[in-house]
Amino acid sequence: MSAEKGKGKEPLIRMAKRDTLSNQKAWCIRGVALLLSLITGGLVILALGHNPFSVYTSMVVGAWGSSTVIRETIKIAVPLLITAIGISFAFKMKFWNIGGEGQIIVGAVAAGYFGLFTAHILPKVPLVILMMLAGILAGGLYGLLPAVCKAKWGTNETLFTLMLNYIALAFVKYLMNGPWKAPGSSFPKIAMLAPGARLTKVLGVHWGWILALVIVVISSIYLSKTKQGYEIAVVGESNNTARYAGINVSKVFIRTMFISGALCGLVGMLQFAGADYTITEGIAGGVGFTAITVAWLAKMNPYGMLVVSVFIAMLERGANTIQTQFKIPASAADLLIGIILFFMLGCEFFISYRLILRGKEEEDV
Amino acid sequence: MFSTLNSLFIAAVLAGTPLLLGALGEILTEKSGNLNLGVEGMMFMGAITGLAGSYYYEQAVIKAGGSVSGVLSALIALLCSFLAGSFGALIYSFLTITLRANQNVTGLTLTIFGTGFGNFFGEYIGQKAGGYVAVSDVTKAAFSKIQIPVLSDIPVLGKLLFQYNWLVYFAIILAIAMAWFFNRSRVGLNLRAVGESPATADAAGIDTTKYKYFATVIGGGICGIGGMYMSMVTTSGVWVHGCVSGYGWLAVALVIFATWSPLRGMLVALVFGGLTIMRMYVNIPGLPAQIYDMLPYVATILVLVITSMRESKEHAQPKSCGTNYFREER
Repeated sequence: MSAEKGKGKEPLIRMAKRDTLSNQKAWCIRGVALLLSLITGGLVILALGHNPFSVYTSMVVGAWGSSTVIRETIKIAVPLLITAIGISFAFKMKFWNIGGEGQIIVGAVAAGYFGLFTAHILPKVPLVILMMLAGILAGGLYGLLPAVCKAKWGTNETLFTLMLNYIALAFVKYLMNGPWKAPGSSFPKIAMLAPGARLTKVLGVHWGWILALVIVVISSIYLSKTKQGYEIAVVGESNNTARYAGINVSKVFIRTMFISGALCGLVGMLQFAGADYTITEGIAGGVGFTAITVAWLAKMNPYGMLVVSVFIAMLERGANTIQTQFKIPASAADLLIGIILFFMLGCEFFISYRLILRGKEEEDV
Repeated sequence: MFSTLNSLFIAAVLAGTPLLLGALGEILTEKSGNLNLGVEGMMFMGAITGLAGSYYYEQAVIKAGGSVSGVLSALIALLCSFLAGSFGALIYSFLTITLRANQNVTGLTLTIFGTGFGNFFGEYIGQKAGGYVAVSDVTKAAFSKIQIPVLSDIPVLGKLLFQYNWLVYFAIILAIAMAWFFNRSRVGLNLRAVGESPATADAAGIDTTKYKYFATVIGGGICGIGGMYMSMVTTSGVWVHGCVSGYGWLAVALVIFATWSPLRGMLVALVFGGLTIMRMYVNIPGLPAQIYDMLPYVATILVLVITSMRESKEHAQPKSCGTNYFREER
């Protein structure tokens, strides 16, 4: 921008590409960006007439203050983490899967089919395994649909996956009002999962959190150490390079999107059998979108996503506390997440470029 | 039968207008080579600020003991929503044009931010107002159908063409003006050059940065007005949590179906507006309401797949869309 002002003479600020910045400095810049985003959020809080420090403090206390709320926070983090990993598989190959929401819903519905209608025949262990497989398969197939069209005709996957969200949502509403409506209920809702079929709790939270940690390790190995993981990275860099190197791009698209959708479908099953015990329109509850933020903030690194998902879960859980304590609407979490992400996106520029003021000689690089 | 068709047409126009506004904003944005996926977010921002603008104006006037002017209230809503949408687009532009961030992710973030922004302030203002935000009847009247002397009184035709709210005509005039702008004005042709090949445009002496900024910010403002339509007309001046719910994304899809042409945009907006409300007018026996609701989304997917199958060079997305332009990295 400012480069245009001083036509003819040297611009006030110009930029030059940095070679490589030491990791430490890069993290420093990111830390400053995070701080700035929190300050910006604080200014919004201040403008609403609250003390930002006490609001932030109560957010942290609301998320970590007692073992009950810690469990709640972890319960929010688990679906975020697994979905983020699922989405990062697709994002790594520049396939914009924003259909996590829909893939979660179909996973929950598929698991619900077995959970609600076969719980009285099957013992718990086979039932849970069956629900898991159903969720994974349904989510995977739902993710496969746009991948096949993209591979075959180059169909725009962003809109395709997004439209599938709305279709899945309408389908759940249909089930709630029609075929799956709980008998004897005047209100459109689906029956609860029988207590015997619910996921066992480990340390107060359903075992999905252990599974999530396992997935972090496995996916990290898959993405950085296996041939298939490498293919994903190459396709993401350039489709043409990948083709030239003899990689079947269509196959990578289809295979990876199945995994991506399958992980989201698994989340649907965990939410149904471990957290909500029923299926409502809110079963996915925006996780599919927030997970995109998690994946991007963590730079697609599974271990990073572990940290970020816990952080975002803290914000969401904390937002509930400030709603009751300060009467600040819980949507504040989304607002804050948006601000943080804007700053994080912006700060990457300062990691790869440096600004040179007018008059200053360019130092040796 | 005939009267059903008439009312279906009228309802389709009413439901299609916010889609048209969103699509027009996005067409302008994409012509500059920026693919802004934040339409949904900008519409949310426009929806709440437009409503809040009118609401606070009314409160101020009532406090001062005056009487509310509907025209002024509507203009304030228009201005506020335009500014809010442009503000969202400005963040996007700064991040993608100046700071070279990824366009897809920045757009998605704008959607998350804008949705949070709309719902947050909607609830917040509602709390302050003691329950929910709603504008007075005067403002509501300013956003309901207008009476044009003579024209509105023509039997049948008057009702079909000349009895909508003013935003409908605003959107149509905007579409026509935009079509002229892209094809007949120098600035418009320059803008298209920027979107097709920024390097060529740059070499020809066109200030690509300025063009990209202006097109994206004004485009965002138009999306904001589309959002204002949702809160002022569709929900009649009452804040409904999550009121834009997917219209912004449908608008992004419409840009593709309209093949980046504002005039064709009017037609596809009418068709998709019709699809979203058809359930209320055309009953298909045996089809549950919730399955019927999938119609616009299923249709979107079908059209997406079909258009991708027969790719035409002439009606395509501006070539540089989605990629940032850095002069130094040519």
